[in-house]
Amino acid sequence: MIDIRNLTKKFGSFTAVDNLSLHIDKGEFVGLLGPNGAGKTTTIKILTGLLKATNGEVYISGEPMNSSNKNAKGKMGIVPQYSNLDKELTVYENLVFASKLFRVKNYDEKIHELLNLVDLTEYADRKVLSLSGGMDRRLIIAKALINDPEIIIFDEPTVGIDLNGRRKIWDILKYMKSVGKTVIMTTHYIEEAEYLCSRVCLIDSGKIIVDDTAKNLKEKLGSYILEYFNENMLTRYVFFQTRAQALEHAKTIENYSYTVRETTLEDVFFNYTNRKVT
Amino acid sequence: MEVFTVLWREMIFFRRRIWRITSSAIISPVLYLIAFGWGLGKNVTVEGSSYMHFIIPGIVALSTMNTGFNAVSIRITVSRLHEKSFEYYLTSPVRMPLMALGHILSGALRGMYAAALIILVSFLFGIKISINAYFVLICFLNSFLFAAFGYAAALSVDSHYDMSRFNTYILTPMSFLCGTFFSLDNLPAAVRTLINILPLSHASASLRGIALKGEFSYISILVLASYSLLIYGIGVYMSCREMK
Repeated sequence: MIDIRNLTKKFGSFTAVDNLSLHIDKGEFVGLLGPNGAGKTTTIKILTGLLKATNGEVYISGEPMNSSNKNAKGKMGIVPQYSNLDKELTVYENLVFASKLFRVKNYDEKIHELLNLVDLTEYADRKVLSLSGGMDRRLIIAKALINDPEIIIFDEPTVGIDLNGRRKIWDILKYMKSVGKTVIMTTHYIEEAEYLCSRVCLIDSGKIIVDDTAKNLKEKLGSYILEYFNENMLTRYVFFQTRAQALEHAKTIENYSYTVRETTLEDVFFNYTNRKVT
Repeated sequence: MEVFTVLWREMIFFRRRIWRITSSAIISPVLYLIAFGWGLGKNVTVEGSSYMHFIIPGIVALSTMNTGFNAVSIRITVSRLHEKSFEYYLTSPVRMPLMALGHILSGALRGMYAAALIILVSFLFGIKISINAYFVLICFLNSFLFAAFGYAAALSVDSHYDMSRFNTYILTPMSFLCGTFFSLDNLPAAVRTLINILPLSHASASLRGIALKGEFSYISILVLASYSLLIYGIGVYMSCREMK
């Protein structure tokens, strides 16, 4: 479905994306996880035709993706990390505008279906300016779905959204997954990736460091972690396959304060990059 | 299709802001008419007409320029740099030349609206000028070319602050030099030749010729149409260049 081959993007001497390759099959929900500046958004922008790659290619259903490929653009829905709504228009008018640009036939029915999905039906006649951050975000999602895209790209979909708003967006994302859409999501919220993605790619310095399911990534390192603060004032992390093994090892460090807990995706990322994601 | 989509959106914007748009389109021309028409030109004759009659076609040309330019440049800079809604075009399967044309036409129509308001206001001032299809065509071409210029200018800047350069270095000098307020006959020949290259000079002269003498120049129409096409082409190129 999506084939990214040896993608490189340079801004002057700075390499934002460094020879990145990734294949995504139809129906996969892939998370691109990494800290700010890791190259996630740049990759997404190349994927959507907003940026030109310095080197490498992107193929969407076998077609090369570029800024003039209208067919490939028509297959995608994009939820950028900032609002792309027209503030002067109402909720409904924003969706009409998107429908017209994507040449959606019988758009009224589609718009009402989407407003229902994102729980904005009662706000259809409100101007975008008066929406809360969460509603604004849900409308951006509805706008991205107007053309019933095969591929949906979410760039930091819940950044700056409160907990309730985030859960509502997660429900929409899970629905996309359940209806077999191919989804790519960038995030630096670890729990979001862990909760939603069937596959996680850890990105740092423009490269994919590891690419697997969240479960496999954790199991490869060890399902349990012993965390303690040592005499050098540093937190140490030691991985074990079982809790019993971790507790057994803890007996050797009784002088320190320690915790034994399940390994998280954040531990995986920290292990590979030696820094926290956020 | 893209043309009508953009026009549809701009029509909503226009309807919602009609009083603010109308008042801002009227205020400057009314001030010009009061200051230069009543205040200065009550007993002044220029090129065989009273100064009030002389100045109105110039103000029409000036207002179509300013309104066409500002209508598009402000909308594009806001949607591109502030709202980020312009990016949506770039990820949609739109044809850039038609999308650009939609924006420019909306600016041109706003320019025509400003021209209509000035003519209406001048009637209220007791000044009647002749208007025919060529007058309307020149108003449209002038609005279109400066709307296209506003479109290209808005795509060339990285910050809202940079837009003022176009007003300071291009529009304001043209406002004062291109025969809006005085006859170019009094200028030295070399300067006159230089100023006659500028599109606003052709718009002012043509509108004045039609309004006051019933004469017009095909050359001016050709010049304005050529500028329009050239700047429209630059605007389309700038749109495509947005995908870096």
